[in-house]
Amino acid sequence: MKKIEAIIKPFKLDDVKNALSGIGIQGLTVSEVQGFGRQKGHTEVYRGAEYKVDFVPKTKLEILVDDGMVSQVVDTLTEAAKTGKIGDGKIFIYPVDDAIRIRTGERGVDAL
Amino acid sequence: MGTLDTGDTAWMLISTALVMFMTPGLALFYGGLVRSKNVLSTIMHSFIMLGIGTIVWVLVGYSLAFGPDKFGLIGDLSMFGLKGVGMAPAEGSTIPEILFMAFQMMFAIITPALITGAFAERMKFSSYAVFMVAWLVLVYSPVAHWVWGGGWIMQLGALDFAGGTVVHINAAVAALVAAIVIGKRKGFGKEAMHPHNLPMTILGAAILWFGWFGFNAGSALAANGLAAIAFVVTHIATAMGALGWILAEKLKTGKPTTLGAASGAVAGLVAITPAAGFVGPIASIAIGFIAGILCYLAVGLKFKLGYDDSLDVVGVHGVGGIVGAILTGVFATVAINEAGANGLLYGGMDLFVKQLIAIGATIGYSFIMSFIILKAIKAVMGLRVSEEEEINGLDLSLHSENGYALGGFSSGTLEHTVAATQTAPSFAVKTAPASE
Repeated sequence: MKKIEAIIKPFKLDDVKNALSGIGIQGLTVSEVQGFGRQKGHTEVYRGAEYKVDFVPKTKLEILVDDGMVSQVVDTLTEAAKTGKIGDGKIFIYPVDDAIRIRTGERGVDAL
Repeated sequence: MGTLDTGDTAWMLISTALVMFMTPGLALFYGGLVRSKNVLSTIMHSFIMLGIGTIVWVLVGYSLAFGPDKFGLIGDLSMFGLKGVGMAPAEGSTIPEILFMAFQMMFAIITPALITGAFAERMKFSSYAVFMVAWLVLVYSPVAHWVWGGGWIMQLGALDFAGGTVVHINAAVAALVAAIVIGKRKGFGKEAMHPHNLPMTILGAAILWFGWFGFNAGSALAANGLAAIAFVVTHIATAMGALGWILAEKLKTGKPTTLGAASGAVAGLVAITPAAGFVGPIASIAIGFIAGILCYLAVGLKFKLGYDDSLDVVGVHGVGGIVGAILTGVFATVAINEAGANGLLYGGMDLFVKQLIAIGATIGYSFIMSFIILKAIKAVMGLRVSEEEEINGLDLSLHSENGYALGGFSSGTLEHTVAATQTAPSFAVKTAPASE
């Protein structure tokens, strides 16, 4: 099992969700996050005072899949989240020891 | 010259302030309905009308609407810059003419602000400002002249107590045209575009309700019985509008909503506006209730018809305005107002036909003129922000501001304190020094 964590542009979330549903992904977790990479922040102005805001709003997705699905999910995600402009985000892949469905106690891939 | 009445003058000073307060109320009403990234740009559309509307009205608007009549169509420019508009009451009036001008000015401010709900979340600010100036001069002022300033609809004898045609139908038709010419928001009909702050919207609706007492009861232009009846029927119709809307909702979807209650109240306010000084309390129950139900049914149509009237200006102000203008032709009675006329219910077929003529003329004129103005602005300077600006939100793209600074992350670092500094719109990539 692997956990695929992706940081994407917020407005791409619907496209990504639909694309992932299309290849049979049953569930994912989403959070609103802020951060910076190569894409720098923006400027806000209040009564003439200019503020540089460094952290850019992003959306973080976490998806758990069986090892065999990883490359398909990564390809689909990359294609759906890409705009070609700076700030499209990143994908990280981690090994996962185990997963448990709380309701039934199922473990491993069965719990996904 | 009329004779000044202190009671009337006192009431009209208060009414004018009440109507002024409706525009920031509308700003909150609309502001809560958009996504959080566009809350400020939407509030700005209403709030800054207090600036734009005031200067246009003082310079030319009042003269075009209430100046000496030309061919029943428009006033002349003899009162440019309020020339000759002073403290003395005009003929047949009991309040200073400058006060009448100010009362009317507040109407000229809120009417274009109503339109802005149709193009929220996507219009360029500069194009918005040009559109508002042009629309006030070319559409609002002439129509106000027709109905209130001695123009042809007034001569015809159609009734519009406080602005059902001039304000609501007129604005709603312009809104429909704007929604069509500007086009849909990116993602309309596919993505969720939920209201981001309904408590703000409901506070806005409450302020509108409060201010509308000045709008309708103030339209009696005197502190008298007519103002009192207008006040009462306004309140009743609003209450019934809220009930009608949530009842229809309950029957159709199973649950009454708070946004439904607020929207129904506004629908009731809109519908009673033309009728306020001509109908009695029982008629106002029917007017508000019918408007609440019909407006609820109307707001869903935009998805079927495929235009993005983002905040339902057409469904609420257009349908509510037309329902009110028609029902004025049904329920009006000279028992309430001798200067009025009898509607269908009291045997007055004439009035009913005149109401339909007034409605049709307003719709036709507003549609054609709004279309021409918007097409011209589109050709010269464009109407929409870029796709990237729309995605990032108009607050940041157009105003370099954020409506909500919740959480500590985005507080940022102070760069300059000079107002004259060149600002970088949108998410311009700027090589910034490290944040520490």
